[in-house]
Amino acid sequence: MTHQFPALSAEQKKALFETAHKIVASGKGILAADESVGTMGNRLQRINVENTEENRRAFREILFSSDASINQSIGGVIFFHETLYQKDSSGKLFPDVIKNKGIVVGIKLDKGTAPLAGTNGETSIQGLDGLAERCAQYKKDGVDFGKWRAVLKITDTTPSQLAIQENANTLARYASICQQHGLVPIVEPEILPDGDHDLQRCQYVTEKVLAAVYKALNDHHVYLEGTLLKPNMVTAGLSCSKKYPPQEVAMATVTALLRTVPAAVPGICFLSGGQSEEEASVNLNAINLCPLPKPWKLTFSYGRALQASALAAWSGKSANKKAAQEAFCKRAQQTFSQPRQWLTAGSSSQVLCLSLRRTWFTAERGRAKLWPADFLTLAKNINSGVENINSDEH
Amino acid sequence: MAKRLNQIGVENTEEHRRQYRQVLFSADSRVKKCIGGVIFFHETLYQKGDDGTPFVQTIKDKGIVVGIKVDKGVVPLAGTDGETTTQGLDGLSERCAQYKKDGADFAKWRCVLKISEHTPSALAILENANVLARYASICQQNGIVPIVEPEILPDGDHDLKRCQYVTEKVLAAVYKALSDHHVYLEGTLLKPNMVTPGHSCPTKYSPEEIAMATVTALRRTVPPAVPGVTFLSGGQSEEEASINLNAINNCPLARPWALTFSYGRALQASALSAWRGQRDNENMATEEFIKRAEVNGLAALGKYEDSGEDSGAAGQSLYVANHAY
Repeated sequence: MTHQFPALSAEQKKALFETAHKIVASGKGILAADESVGTMGNRLQRINVENTEENRRAFREILFSSDASINQSIGGVIFFHETLYQKDSSGKLFPDVIKNKGIVVGIKLDKGTAPLAGTNGETSIQGLDGLAERCAQYKKDGVDFGKWRAVLKITDTTPSQLAIQENANTLARYASICQQHGLVPIVEPEILPDGDHDLQRCQYVTEKVLAAVYKALNDHHVYLEGTLLKPNMVTAGLSCSKKYPPQEVAMATVTALLRTVPAAVPGICFLSGGQSEEEASVNLNAINLCPLPKPWKLTFSYGRALQASALAAWSGKSANKKAAQEAFCKRAQQTFSQPRQWLTAGSSSQVLCLSLRRTWFTAERGRAKLWPADFLTLAKNINSGVENINSDEH
Repeated sequence: MAKRLNQIGVENTEEHRRQYRQVLFSADSRVKKCIGGVIFFHETLYQKGDDGTPFVQTIKDKGIVVGIKVDKGVVPLAGTDGETTTQGLDGLSERCAQYKKDGADFAKWRCVLKISEHTPSALAILENANVLARYASICQQNGIVPIVEPEILPDGDHDLKRCQYVTEKVLAAVYKALSDHHVYLEGTLLKPNMVTPGHSCPTKYSPEEIAMATVTALRRTVPPAVPGVTFLSGGQSEEEASINLNAINNCPLARPWALTFSYGRALQASALSAWRGQRDNENMATEEFIKRAEVNGLAALGKYEDSGEDSGAAGQSLYVANHAY
């Protein structure tokens, strides 16, 4: 606590920093193609395709052999272990195919959930055993970033203090080990969208979880500039009776992040959770148009939300390969998070967001009714937020 | 105040303290651009100028926010190496409510940590972070913006890196505690130390290095929701404090909060020695204060041009090397 024993050299930090920034450069996002064998089975079953290794390979080939211009919207691809050692039809290893497009290769590192005894069905994540050796091997095999998914859920009694603590701690251990081996850790504390809770509840829980995650990362001496965050957007539960427009999802999400995620983190790549392709894109766009300051890149790390159309178009038939690829490329382009249109001072959207923020102060759970002392200050903040967006980032 | 007045050979009476604060508070409208808030001591909050106008009124009339120190000083943490926590939570809610009625809109609470072979300990960090969070929560319940001040003393021979490391650990603990206590970050301010080497450290560092270490530490720990960071001057001279603040505002890393000052000595030293307790010196002393305020106002915008030094090139090369931080 009192003394620093540097975890990383300046060279190691530089490499991690550059990789992390490369993945999220210019609004690019991540293709999460790391579905496990079982999960892939679910996807294939829906299009009546048998879950064989060849079929899994064939589908990944469709995605990975897309035109190189995909690298304008995709900065990284997360692989599953099996896929890392598969080849395309010309005998080229998939990681090489991806790297040749200038896209960074990542690997899913966790080994799934394990129950936390004494909780209301909550879990922790396994995968720390031998993680250092696995990271070293993956690094040799062309991987430059890792992903580890922790899972929390919202009910009347969850997430519990233990679940938050334990998952934050394992995420931090994983991140620390990754960095020791030159892998940028993507930190994913997913709060499931299942339930009937409202938007405010999700925001509250997200803030508590992320605060715990960043405290744990600090405790474990993780170099934040060489990490990425993969959180849920702040949304109402799937069975919540109230519907919220994208602007409210955006406001809740960015507010939660501003309160918990240090500016040193280069990028935040949202998971799509249960959202449809369209929903996930619309929400991400609203997030990037939100008039609050945004010191990190805000982009995507989507699996289903990028692949659903491609899967449906393919349906297991090689004749459909081109159509499937087009569907995928279109989805990637549409998800690409660099908005073209910015708010100008005095526009009606800005007024909408201003009034939304006002509503926000009174509606927040458990807070005293605090009005901003000075709406002029608030407006100025919003304005300066808009100006920052237009200038180049360092 | 006794220490300050002793240094200029002035007796520490209530009248002298009143006269001295009057020297500062009678500054003209030039200070409006550079001073946004004034932190009062309890006694001063209820004092008046020669013309009978309460000081609180004089300050508010300049459009400046009135603040009040609410902590009650440090007390020892048994079982540690001379470490402390800060008291003042008893009846704090009632005191805040009263101060709010009496014109205060923000408060300050100072916690103190020190760097040595075995400090700050885990207990000191945890306890001070917790007490800061309790204070902040109570303030907000009473409409008072809490300035959160976890000062790490500059005493010692430790280097810049050590200070940066400790500052990061302390601030991470502070913001975790604030989150645990449900404090509304957008309605708080942070008053930290700059990241500097210890006073007896043999290595000298440039303002750009201090700036890089400071901004790096803040970027890793202070959520962007916090509107502003107002640095304490610690043991720095007036000029040092301004130059360092200026370098911080020219640091090439992205800074999502305002980076400005909350200075006592570094704003008042010249004014104090110009005054020397003489009523005839009042105008001159006020001028010294205004001068210092304006300099720091510029430094808070990164626009203070001190004698000669072009920090551009020095700052640029540091950015390339910033992975050392």
